[in-house]
Amino acid sequence: MSQKPPSDILDRRRFLGAAGLSAAGALLPIAAKAGEGAKPDPAITELQDWNRFLGDGVDKKPYGVPSKFEKDVIRRDVSWLTASPESSVNFTPLHALDGIITPSGLCFERHHGGVAEIDPAQHRLMINGLVDTPMVFTMDDIKRMPRVNKVYFLECAANSGMEWRGAQLNGCQFTHGMIHNVMYTGVTLKTLLDQAGLKPNAKWLMLEGADSAGMNRSLPVSKALDDVLIAFAMNGEALRPENGYPLRAVIPGWQGNLWVKWLRRIEAGDMPWQAREETSKYTDLMPDGRARKYTFVMDAKSVITNPSPQAPLKFKGRNVLSGVAWSGRGTVKRVDVTMDGGRNWHEARIDGPVMDKSMVRFYVDFDWNGQELMLQSRAIDETGYVQPTKAELRKVRGVNSVYHNNGIQTWLVHPDGVTENVEIA
Amino acid sequence: MSRSLSLIAGLAVVAIAAVPLTQAIAEKATAKASKAVATQPAPPPAPAKLGLGRPALPDEIHAWDTDVRPDGVGLPPGKGTAKQGDSLFQEKCSTCHGEFGEGVGRYPVLSGGVGTLKADRPDKTVGSYWPDATTVYDYIRRAMPFGNARSLSADEAYALTAYILSMSDVIKDPDFELNQDNLAKVKMPNAGGFYDDDRDVAEKQFWNKSPCMKDCGPAPKVIGRAISVDVTPDDKAGPKVD
Repeated sequence: MSQKPPSDILDRRRFLGAAGLSAAGALLPIAAKAGEGAKPDPAITELQDWNRFLGDGVDKKPYGVPSKFEKDVIRRDVSWLTASPESSVNFTPLHALDGIITPSGLCFERHHGGVAEIDPAQHRLMINGLVDTPMVFTMDDIKRMPRVNKVYFLECAANSGMEWRGAQLNGCQFTHGMIHNVMYTGVTLKTLLDQAGLKPNAKWLMLEGADSAGMNRSLPVSKALDDVLIAFAMNGEALRPENGYPLRAVIPGWQGNLWVKWLRRIEAGDMPWQAREETSKYTDLMPDGRARKYTFVMDAKSVITNPSPQAPLKFKGRNVLSGVAWSGRGTVKRVDVTMDGGRNWHEARIDGPVMDKSMVRFYVDFDWNGQELMLQSRAIDETGYVQPTKAELRKVRGVNSVYHNNGIQTWLVHPDGVTENVEIA
Repeated sequence: MSRSLSLIAGLAVVAIAAVPLTQAIAEKATAKASKAVATQPAPPPAPAKLGLGRPALPDEIHAWDTDVRPDGVGLPPGKGTAKQGDSLFQEKCSTCHGEFGEGVGRYPVLSGGVGTLKADRPDKTVGSYWPDATTVYDYIRRAMPFGNARSLSADEAYALTAYILSMSDVIKDPDFELNQDNLAKVKMPNAGGFYDDDRDVAEKQFWNKSPCMKDCGPAPKVIGRAISVDVTPDDKAGPKVD
């Protein structure tokens, strides 16, 4: 363990020192230090129950669940957002997660007619329309096709949509939690389409769910043949009902609404269907009163998950700043972090796999002396796209587009560690 | 062992992916393949037709292929008027959408809003925003009434579509008969209000080779705080977890 501290930490020490050591923060401990007159730690000196008595035997929990001490790490909703819980959304607790894989049970939910509970033996996938032979597949058929495994982020186009007019929700779970990052197992859509044989004039596909909303979206054939998967597993096990069990579409880098869950039918056609979800919804109203349509790609975006309003700083001295970044246009090339509201930026350390259209995890290891911080992160992707500020976005898109708010998020850290969602200028 | 080993190696990439091999065999075999293949062997080139699945029967396609396109393809035979739709709407839809489509609680508003799309608080309704009349019909038959989807007849859906279009004066005559031949011809007020994604051009400035890293501007000031808005759910008030 003779590892030298990375140079960026040293830079940051200087940088924070210059920002002023006079700030308050006296309420926070630096770290528990043993010294003269210190009392022994009862966590060490007292015999604990778990160290003495037998614990649960195997099979007490045939399907494991998190520790009871993690009971607050759950999806949460914002009840005033929607009319009913069946057509609604909840949010991934990003502030309590690490790495890049979202645990299946914490993946945010978005349903339009509640969760369809489907017996896989009764599930069918039909491919019809502009094909040589309309086909029907059972789940068994699909599981006999060549499989692929891919990690992709799924972000709802409305993620951060409540923040267009300014800071509104105090927590990254609510401002950025309509996203998850999962490893999918499935077959390529191309494999399935090959079984039916696409006709040359097929330019669009319509994907339709078996749920009570019959959720449907139009998808360009070019994307379908590029990297779209039809998945039956996530994170190594069957899809969760909330995420489309037994079969869903995976449309890498594109808005979550296209990733039709409980997928039961794909129709090939020569024009888009103009479904409710691609006209009335998921179109972006611009300041001139017109609206962008087919805004499929999710722009590069990032957020600092720790510290954040739900995960304040607790200690002066050594701390870990952490966050996630993603881009629908490919890989994340770099993430920059500022602690003074965008005046000075430093490259964060990306750790873990960097994959096409997958989240990356970034860190800044830093010393904090208790001064006020204005934290921001900005993602830069392989195409050179730089995550814009909210002001830059509003200049183009106004405040009524609802969807595609990928602007830079600001957290204000107070001297007592309390962190809040703010808008700065 | 060595004989079978070289045999397998000779089969190259297809065999590597198709046959479960020990690490040693796999390494030796992939040595002949490219570097990229060595790290992740491509799936075997599957024949286009796998002999899986079966042709869909006409009755099955008929049962599921109920979508309606903007050119009217998919519209079933049937008819209905706004007047007929009014009474149906009051019975089956007004609990959520309100008697006049004004919306109850946060359920969708269906009426009004025409001319508000440039306003500070635009009202995106069927009449003010939706580009195609066919979408109304498709969505009603697909997902409405909420909680009892696909329970409406073709005629009921035509009548409800006519009533909803009459809310925004798209259909003015309450006795006008909407049917499979004229629905796709109905012109929506905002039909021309949409354009294809142009971010790559309109937002070209967001591609920046050298974003500012140092002394990027004056010290920022806080101009808004989420806690002042006070609409965040209480962290302790999460759903009950069993």
